[in-house]
Amino acid sequence: MNLILVVEDDAAIRNVLRALLESEGFRLCAAETATQAEFEARAHRPDLMLVDLGLPDGDGVNVIRHVRSWSSLPIIVLSARTAEEQKIVALDAGADDYVMKPFSPPELLARVHAALRRGTQRAQASHELLLGEVRVDIAHRIARGAGGEIHLTALEYRVLECLNRHAGSIVTQNQLAQEVWGRQRLGDTRGLRECIKNLRAKLEPEPHRPKYLVTDPGVGYRLRTSDASA
Amino acid sequence: MAEVRPDPDKLLAHLQAQEARARRGRLRIFFGASAGVGKTYSMLEAARGARSAGKDVVVGYVEPHGRVETERLLEGLERLPTFSVRYRRIVRQEFDLDAALKRHPDILLVDELAHSNPVGGEPPMRHPKRWHDVQELLEAGVSVWTTVNVQHLESLNDLVAQFTGVRQRETLPDHVFDEADEVELIDLPPEDLLARLHAGKVYIYDEVANAVERFFRIPNLMALREMALRRVADRVEAAARASAGVGLERRTRLPGERVLVATGPDRQSEQLVRAGKRLADALDAEWTVVYVETPALLKLSEAQRNRRIDLLRLGESLGAETVTIDGPTATEALLEYARIRNATRVLVGAPKRFGLKALWRPSTATELARRARGFDVITIAPAESVLPGQTREARSRPDNLPIPFRWDRYGWATLISMACTLAAFAMYPHFELVNLVMVYLLGATVSGLRLGRGPSVLTTILNVAAFDFCFVPPRFTFAVSDAQYLVTFAAMLIVGLLSATLMASVRQQTRVAGARERRSALLYAMSRELAATRGIAQLAAVAVRHVAEVFQCKAVVLLPDDDRKLHMPKGKPMEQSLRHPDLAIAQWVADHGREAGLGTDTLAAAPALYVPLGDAERPLGVLAVLPENPRRVSLPEQRHLLETFAGQLGVALERAQLADRTEAVRVAAERESLRNTLLASISHDLRTPLAAIAGAGGTLAEHGEALDKATRQSLARSVETKAREMSELITNVLDLMRFEVGQVVLRRDWQDLGDLIEAAERELGPRLAAYSVETRLPDYLPPVHVDATLVVKLFANLFDNVVKYTPPGTRVVISAVLDKSFVLLTVDDTGPGLPPGDPARLFDKFQRGSEEGSAVGVGLGLAICRAIVHEHGGDITARNRPGGGARFEFTLPLAPPAVLPASIQSAVSTVTGTNSARSTLGSEQ
Repeated sequence: MNLILVVEDDAAIRNVLRALLESEGFRLCAAETATQAEFEARAHRPDLMLVDLGLPDGDGVNVIRHVRSWSSLPIIVLSARTAEEQKIVALDAGADDYVMKPFSPPELLARVHAALRRGTQRAQASHELLLGEVRVDIAHRIARGAGGEIHLTALEYRVLECLNRHAGSIVTQNQLAQEVWGRQRLGDTRGLRECIKNLRAKLEPEPHRPKYLVTDPGVGYRLRTSDASA
Repeated sequence: MAEVRPDPDKLLAHLQAQEARARRGRLRIFFGASAGVGKTYSMLEAARGARSAGKDVVVGYVEPHGRVETERLLEGLERLPTFSVRYRRIVRQEFDLDAALKRHPDILLVDELAHSNPVGGEPPMRHPKRWHDVQELLEAGVSVWTTVNVQHLESLNDLVAQFTGVRQRETLPDHVFDEADEVELIDLPPEDLLARLHAGKVYIYDEVANAVERFFRIPNLMALREMALRRVADRVEAAARASAGVGLERRTRLPGERVLVATGPDRQSEQLVRAGKRLADALDAEWTVVYVETPALLKLSEAQRNRRIDLLRLGESLGAETVTIDGPTATEALLEYARIRNATRVLVGAPKRFGLKALWRPSTATELARRARGFDVITIAPAESVLPGQTREARSRPDNLPIPFRWDRYGWATLISMACTLAAFAMYPHFELVNLVMVYLLGATVSGLRLGRGPSVLTTILNVAAFDFCFVPPRFTFAVSDAQYLVTFAAMLIVGLLSATLMASVRQQTRVAGARERRSALLYAMSRELAATRGIAQLAAVAVRHVAEVFQCKAVVLLPDDDRKLHMPKGKPMEQSLRHPDLAIAQWVADHGREAGLGTDTLAAAPALYVPLGDAERPLGVLAVLPENPRRVSLPEQRHLLETFAGQLGVALERAQLADRTEAVRVAAERESLRNTLLASISHDLRTPLAAIAGAGGTLAEHGEALDKATRQSLARSVETKAREMSELITNVLDLMRFEVGQVVLRRDWQDLGDLIEAAERELGPRLAAYSVETRLPDYLPPVHVDATLVVKLFANLFDNVVKYTPPGTRVVISAVLDKSFVLLTVDDTGPGLPPGDPARLFDKFQRGSEEGSAVGVGLGLAICRAIVHEHGGDITARNRPGGGARFEFTLPLAPPAVLPASIQSAVSTVTGTNSARSTLGSEQ
């Protein structure tokens, strides 16, 4: 039974979230302010946090930063802020995913499940990736599709590995660039784009209409594995 | 016909003057015939009276001259500290203007209105004359009491000097005296004055000190007393006239009485100007000081021509209009000008040419008197006998500097003569001697035309000599065998000299006319460029360029902000820019609407000249000019030209300001109307779903138990869908608002169009499921440099339109064509096509395909599309496809691959700096 910490100052939305998440079998605890949120997070050690950015006593981004400094629990931002910069700031502060208000209940649930799965997957160190017909073993660098073995470059494996670690969640371009290329290549989005394009051509059944390697325009990329249809 | 009605303009001007006077402080002058009559004493006595009446009276500056009576009166009165100025190694105590302005009493006492402040002292004083200080105080609303002696009045200055033999250096322009609100005459009979003098009770001025005996004589004192009394009587009469009404003034003043004072470079001119002032005052007439510039005068020395500046300044300070005119001769120019201005009297100096010379070329006065029509000519006899100071000054002046000797021109003159001789040698065997003369005459004429008078005279003389020597028998001697050749020589000489003179005069006139033409051409060039320029900063730049070129100076236009504080222009300084103007002076100029700096009455020691643009009420800025040669801006006509430039610039700036304001008003009105329409539309489109939500929610809350499961679910579903519609609407409205306000900043990056289209499809989600969307992008399509979110929104809105206005099953095809610098994208559908009417109107706000239909949305979708495309520098159109269905076409730019600026790189790395900690933690788990 996973425990979810909801950080949200609006009572109506807390009610909706409570109804929605409890009906899915999650346990809930709630915080209304940034201070309370950090306290609750330390006290209850939740499995996942849903954080609103506009809190009465501070910015949710700071909550994310503080929590991230001692825990790697999955954090999903739930916010009405729509500008990409704000998304990126929250993601770069350590959030795993971003859901915009107004949210659709099924989408939110899918994201929550994906984030929780990521946590357990990482614990199991699963390096097996199933993308439709294609099976990729990231640890051993073997990819096999319906048409036989697929050759991926070392760089492509690194990108895939990084996306897989955050499977189901957004990885910002900066994050990807930094983890794959290292700090000096920051801001070079062209190489990254090229790489994603090649990966799609090799792995996706319809490269122009990607099912697994999805772009979140202006923010980053998301890996949708076939067993987690978010 | 005979009825004289008050001119409404004049009435208005009168009222305005009264109004201005009410705000100004009042000037009260204690006026006396001479030093020692007790002006300061009376002033202090009156001040004590005013103070005991409860007035705030402060002594700004009084020279007690060590007199006990005065000192006693000063006791108990508040006194301002004096201002120490170091001047020629002596520290002088002067009146402190700024302290007075700061103290701002009701009444301020400042002795000796005609006093000159030390110019060039340290620290510099703001104005060269004390009356300038007083003017500023009056303008600031401080009433000033002061003292004046009759001999200090500018217009009486030379009269006084004439009969006392002592010249006053410190003078007061008559208009200052005339504009005083009160003049109190302090009268003392000459005998009593002499008695006081002998008792040592009269302070002796420096100037008078060496001439006490000469000055303080009964006849002198009587004459001075008479002048003072008359002056005050004139004032009283004028006051009586004014109080009788403005209309009365019109009747007593002779219509159109105008006095012209014709001046030139001669020494009598100053006397003429003063005489003109007295005559104009007596006639209560307008008067003009005219400086006539003739070709002959252009040849005068620099120093002599510079006197004109002083002369015209004197005229201006006495209240005259001043003008410089030019013409072939002084008489012609004056006749013409007198006719244009309807002058009634013209003052000229008495004829200075007599005898034969006068017959040959009559003097201007004589000529003018002979040809005068419609005006009287008044000749003024020169007052040579007196003015020792002035004569000395005049003698010390470097008179008549030689015109620079142009050796090259004389060389050319010699060459021409030699060429003529050579030609004559060639012709000699074939032509008569008479015809050779023609060659020489031609040479002399050419010389006169191109080289000026001196060289052409040389040519003529050389010609005669050469002709005599080379051709006249006996040849190769200067002897002449036949006397008739003497006539030929004489004719050659006369013709040559005449043509030289004539040509020289033509050249001078051309130069005068040319200068004038150049002036208007320069002005025209600037006005034309100003008229074609938009934006205040650009106007300023244009003006600086022109002013710098014309006046050979560095210049800058300082513009005020909303608080009227002047600032240096923000942009990169131009080559001609004046880098370090004195902002304090400029601010003073803007606040007072008056010029300051170089060659003016205010802070004349400053290196630059500051000209106000606009007036003190609405300052538009200040033009600061630092000329390479100060003469460029101190010559009156140069100064007027600069003022005209400033005027032109002022008009242009005002126009630009008005245009800005009008534009702001227009934009505001447009926004207002948009807001109104928007509010009307939104309130409708918001209320409808809100009604459904409230209704459904209410029903569920109240009667949830009684409803069956299917009904409950459908009610809940309608709450969800309606809320989603509202959300979509609000997003659209907010987006559009952001575009309208200009808040959208494109976050361009390299994007694959396919990605963006796919993201848009995902955004619509299941709603698009019933439609088939086909993307036909060429493989070679390079990434586009766009804002990803906005372009996704663009596609999403287009898809949304398809969903709203076409039946399910409609096919949508997206294709792209690559052009040189952009991608042309086409979105086709197989739906019913566009509604009738102009397709362009679809992109306007609040247009929908069908009126009040089931389709939701305020009709903002396509407006947003257009805004997005425009923001990217492309264009969007809509039309019906020939085969049925609608086609939307738009362009997106293919920017060339660019390297990311370093600033962005570093910004990115700082943002991700916090990220690394998190990912290492993450991988540990």
